[in-house]
Amino acid sequence: MIEEICCKKFGIFMKDAILALEDGTTIEGKGFGKEGISKGELVFATPYTGYEEAMTDPSYRGQLLMFTYPLIGNYGISYEHMQSDTIQTDGVVVREVCLDPNHRNSKTDIESFLKEHNKRGISEIDTRKLTTRTRRRGTVKASMMVGETDKEKAIEVAKNLPDITERQLIEKVTTQEPYRMKGDGPRIALIDTGVKQNILNNLKRKGFDLFVYPLNTSPLKVEGCDPDAIFVTNGPGDPKNAENAIEIVQHFVGEIPIFGICFGLQIISLALGAETYKLKFGHRGANQPVKDHEKDIVYITAQNHGFAVDENSLEDTGLEVIQTNPNDNTVEGVRDDYLDILTVQYHPEACPGPKDVEEKFFGKVRKILEG
Amino acid sequence: MPKRPGINKVLLIGSGPIEIGQAAEFDYSGSQACRAFREKGVEVVLVNSNPATIMTDPEMADSVYIEPLTSESLTEIIRKENPDGIAAGLGAQTGLNLTAELSEKGILDKYDVEVLGTPIDTIYKAEDREKFRDMMNRIGEDIARSEAVNSIDEAEKVAKKLGLPVIIRPAYTLGGSGGGVATTYKELEEIVERGLTLSRINQVLVEESVLGWKEFEYEVMRDRNDTCLTVVNMENFDPMGIHTGESIVTAPSQTLSDYDHQRMRTSAIEIIRELGIEGGCNIQFAFNTETGEYKVVEVNPRVSRSSALASKATGYPIARVAAKINIGLNLDEIPNDVTKETPASFEPTVDYTVVKIPRWPFDKFHNVDRSLTTQMKATGEVMSIGRTLEEAFQKAIRSLDIGEIGLNPNQRRVFEKDEVEEYLETPTDMRLFAIYDALRNDYTLEEISKTTDIDEFMLQKIKNIYEREKDIKTDWKSNLKQAKRDGFTDKQISNLAGVDRKTIRKEQEDQGIKTTYKMVDTCAAEFKAETPYYYSSYEDESESIREDEEDNREKVLILGAGPIRIGQGIEFDYCCVHSVNALEEENIESLIVNNNPETVSTDYDTSDKLFFDPLTLDDVVNIIEEEEPDGVMVQFGGQTSVNLAVPLKEELEKRDDLETEVYGTSPEMMDMAEDRDRFSSLLDELGISQPESRIASSKQEAKEAAGEIGYPLLVRPSYVLGGRAMEIVHEEDELEEYMEEAVKVSPDHPILIDRFIEDGIEIDVDAVCDGEDVLVGGIMEHIEEAGVHSGDSACVIPPQSISEEKIEEIKEHVKDISLALNAVGLVNIQMAIKDGEIYILEANPRSSRTIPYVSKATGIPLAKLAAKTMVGKSLEELGYTETPEIDHVAVKEVVLPFDKLLGVDPVLGPEMKSTGEVMGIDYDFGKAYYKAEIAANNEIPTEGKVVLSIRDTDKPKIVPIAKKLEKHGFELLGTKGTAEYLQKKDININQVNKVSEGSPHIVDKIREEEIDLVINTPTSGKKPKRDGYKIRRAVVNLKTPYITNIQAAKAASNAIEAIKEGEIITKSINEHQEKIEGIKNE
Repeated sequence: MIEEICCKKFGIFMKDAILALEDGTTIEGKGFGKEGISKGELVFATPYTGYEEAMTDPSYRGQLLMFTYPLIGNYGISYEHMQSDTIQTDGVVVREVCLDPNHRNSKTDIESFLKEHNKRGISEIDTRKLTTRTRRRGTVKASMMVGETDKEKAIEVAKNLPDITERQLIEKVTTQEPYRMKGDGPRIALIDTGVKQNILNNLKRKGFDLFVYPLNTSPLKVEGCDPDAIFVTNGPGDPKNAENAIEIVQHFVGEIPIFGICFGLQIISLALGAETYKLKFGHRGANQPVKDHEKDIVYITAQNHGFAVDENSLEDTGLEVIQTNPNDNTVEGVRDDYLDILTVQYHPEACPGPKDVEEKFFGKVRKILEG
Repeated sequence: MPKRPGINKVLLIGSGPIEIGQAAEFDYSGSQACRAFREKGVEVVLVNSNPATIMTDPEMADSVYIEPLTSESLTEIIRKENPDGIAAGLGAQTGLNLTAELSEKGILDKYDVEVLGTPIDTIYKAEDREKFRDMMNRIGEDIARSEAVNSIDEAEKVAKKLGLPVIIRPAYTLGGSGGGVATTYKELEEIVERGLTLSRINQVLVEESVLGWKEFEYEVMRDRNDTCLTVVNMENFDPMGIHTGESIVTAPSQTLSDYDHQRMRTSAIEIIRELGIEGGCNIQFAFNTETGEYKVVEVNPRVSRSSALASKATGYPIARVAAKINIGLNLDEIPNDVTKETPASFEPTVDYTVVKIPRWPFDKFHNVDRSLTTQMKATGEVMSIGRTLEEAFQKAIRSLDIGEIGLNPNQRRVFEKDEVEEYLETPTDMRLFAIYDALRNDYTLEEISKTTDIDEFMLQKIKNIYEREKDIKTDWKSNLKQAKRDGFTDKQISNLAGVDRKTIRKEQEDQGIKTTYKMVDTCAAEFKAETPYYYSSYEDESESIREDEEDNREKVLILGAGPIRIGQGIEFDYCCVHSVNALEEENIESLIVNNNPETVSTDYDTSDKLFFDPLTLDDVVNIIEEEEPDGVMVQFGGQTSVNLAVPLKEELEKRDDLETEVYGTSPEMMDMAEDRDRFSSLLDELGISQPESRIASSKQEAKEAAGEIGYPLLVRPSYVLGGRAMEIVHEEDELEEYMEEAVKVSPDHPILIDRFIEDGIEIDVDAVCDGEDVLVGGIMEHIEEAGVHSGDSACVIPPQSISEEKIEEIKEHVKDISLALNAVGLVNIQMAIKDGEIYILEANPRSSRTIPYVSKATGIPLAKLAAKTMVGKSLEELGYTETPEIDHVAVKEVVLPFDKLLGVDPVLGPEMKSTGEVMGIDYDFGKAYYKAEIAANNEIPTEGKVVLSIRDTDKPKIVPIAKKLEKHGFELLGTKGTAEYLQKKDININQVNKVSEGSPHIVDKIREEEIDLVINTPTSGKKPKRDGYKIRRAVVNLKTPYITNIQAAKAASNAIEAIKEGEIITKSINEHQEKIEGIKNE
């Protein structure tokens, strides 16, 4: 049933594979990584570099990650740029996978990397067709079967998958135990809803004394570390499911400064009474413009989000929209000087993506905390 | 913020003639800029000496000046037009240099002209290597260690410090002109000497070598608000040490991790901020793959060849956006034309890979050094788009139009085991093929990479193609889908598998494999795109026919011209673009297929649909199958498209499922005009003369034929097109030499022997025929004698030495021949007149390279009229029946590549060597010729020393010329024979030694820069050891003005006289054309 020997030559895999969508569409391809079945919301990401970072980004939990760039795996896997300790996406969808990488830091290829983490991918897919479809009709639930190709079963799996808004994904990516990354600077309590490694790296580089808490920590416990600020991070799924994080923000708001990135912006907004909604297909790229209305400049940013804050709902919260996306005018940055809140929808820490705002954002955090 | 107030009129400087290092890309960027400015209500004054460009069409700008690109003529134009700003960064290096010069001379201040986009100071920072180094040090960017020097001695000192090899880079030159890699001190001396001469400020940089590092490029944009973005990054296939214009390039980068990529991207943005550029900029990096270090190599503070490539590779129109930024708009205020709904303030991303391969002119030259270095030799390039890199490579190779349809040898030389190493080691145009041959000889990727410094990732892709060929040979059917996805055409599969194309098509159908067309949309499908820009692929979904498409208009596919090369320049792109415009005016849907990223025809908003694909039968038929156009136009794209005419017609006739027809003159007739026997009998029937001719299959036959016709003779092989290996022989010895050395004659490969019409006047005519009427668009008189390839000859409209009566006779002949060929569309006829008799040399019912020049000179849009006749309009309906009279004189001069190609004898002959052209326009021949020469960078001195070295047959003709020069105050020097001859004619001339007569000789004098003009007419023969050759090479290397034929010398003396006795008139082409009588005002 399963081809034991895979022919690595020319990047073709002998393992048959299928991708099934909830509407009953199935697409045949070639599988790589571990045999088996995966399921998730099918999303597309447009950067042409950074697959190692993206695959290990906890925000991709519960999703099948489709790369629009047609060649993936070219420079191998270095393990140096992983954004968490494992592959987070439930599967990858590519046009062509490269199994002969060549790079000074490459330790293994993408197929072995997937196998190592019991994950899988499907290649030889017309990813542009699927991307266009996603753009037109919105994201869909999908399943991926590698080694076995039972179409009926695959469709069934895709259909039966609960909607992303109903899935509890944060608990799968949050830290199990609280921990501390000691620093000489102000103390930050970071609520880990799936934090990316480079957010931690940046905060550490700025010298903060970091206390990282699992999602289900009580506000009182957080208070116990006597933080100078709260930091809410990126994470998977619907922000409304991060109830505990919302509670923590509500507990500290007005008391100490609150910062957030991506999911964090949505949680903070929800905590202050605003609304979030699911985007048709989200923003996942390294090329997203963000207009800073105060400085009248546009930044090119890395983004990865499927939900957004409803701008109108911010009206009574006191939060001021300072940045928006010129592509669709969605909210990209909000602030409240009185309450000392600063939070952005994009990823200043990039990884993958441009670092044009990395120093600006983390420098600002440091500046606010130093008064 | 809207457009800046106060900037209402902008001066845009074009890039001049097509040269090595500067091809059509600036026509593309300039045309985009014109449109971008005018959309915002800004008046445009455009100056360019190149008439073959779209940008010099009178309707492109408010005033178009076809004038020399010198600070003198620009000063006059600024005085006359009074522009508010000058767009320095949109017109190539020429534009930047001129802007700097005008600023230095105080002209910009005097007339209050603001420099837009690229500040003057930035031009210096980017070009003056020392300032550049200081700037990079200041912002903490690493660059190769280097020192700027002004002499050979200093250069040696620096080289000793850095250690050989070193890179020599002259300041302010084009395409690395004059630069090179010096591995010995002798080479250092040569390169530095040349570099110092070529540099505008007499400075070269001696730079530490990062040979073997990889090269990456970033295209960066910035606006007034300091918003910065990169359009794309590009990875060179070839390592450092090869000019990026000479390198195979992929976009985006293939082997960089995100970490590597972001570091260089961040640097690129830091650099554009530091330079303060408001517009676009290109930054090149060297990258060490073993350590991850990188160094900044070069910055181009302007649009460039690379930015044209990046624009075509992503769909993001860099020049257009830069132009808008120039007049004050910010990136988020400029819409992304492709998506319409999103702004230009984002970074494009792609879901395909792009490969660029340069096109070199080595097929045109004997004795040329084919090695690739830091100095450009390529004339053009091709780009291809694929969903796999293998596909993109294969498409690019067949786009080159060099007789190869893949890596597997077709016509090319096969590298055997013992020579592979050498061809891997020394990079040449053949290295890609040598890699393939190395694989065939069981080289490992590691071995190849070690010798070539090419990344194993890239080599693996070549290997995949090689392996796939083996699979096809073994079992083509089960490998068909993968083969198609890897870019194999039916022809290739047919060759490899030994089955015919029909069987392959059938199998494809059975397996459900279909050519699909994917869109280039700047955003990898994230947003809905409106641009109709496609490439072929083998996927599930095709996007070119839209579901909601309700276009019932007639549909026509135009075949483009492919890469710019010698013999096939930008003129054919001009014709293609005009045919698109004509179709638009006739409400017909236009599709274009082309693969040249530099051109206007491959701009996404030129045609209704653009297909960026190779121009082979398979590729074109695939498009026809998908789009089912009513007609195909094959006559505009030069040799590339004309060569497809007959096979395409045959294929279409075979296919019951396709109703597409070839429009215009039938391919049979196009073919017939090339067939000597048939064309000869046609002329006989019409009672029109032609030079006597014979065909010879052996040396003996050739000698007999020569005896019958009489010398001199024009000889050429019958199986080569385009003047290759064509020569004029004056006596039997030369004929024998030709047959022994130049061509191998045999019954299968006979040679053609024509009487050569010596001392005749050569005439070129461009006409349009609608099948019933013929419009003679322009009659051009060549300045050089018959025998110089018409593409290399300067010419003039209207003719200067032909009687009214003969003109009428010429027109009659053109009409008779056009009608006899049943031509519909363009016709070009070449003739020679001698002793009152007109001889037809050639007739070609298709576009010619003189179409744009004639159209600019006479105001008749010939290509447009031709396209309209091809869709059924008559000339009468179009209102063009009479040839208009003009009261100005327009001279076309050509630009030759000798300064870039070492070892080539810089003399004109029957084989075409020029890369581009310029036009000079004024009210008498002398002045127009003067302007044309200045524009072509052939300085005509008005005082100083002239050296004459004239062959015996020309000596009587030099007398009046020498007298004229003497009269206007020149000091004359001559080699022995010439001086003695002229002294006898009472001309005051001193003798100078020939090289063979010992120092101080003529070349010494030229070296010491004592000479202002050299007139040297060559004795025939190809041996480059003669004195004349040494003189000519010396003048080329040292940029001394030189003339190699008597007619040009005569024209130059007339020009000198005209300049000394009258004033130059600077007028826009719009003003000139308004005055033309009888031209239809639309």
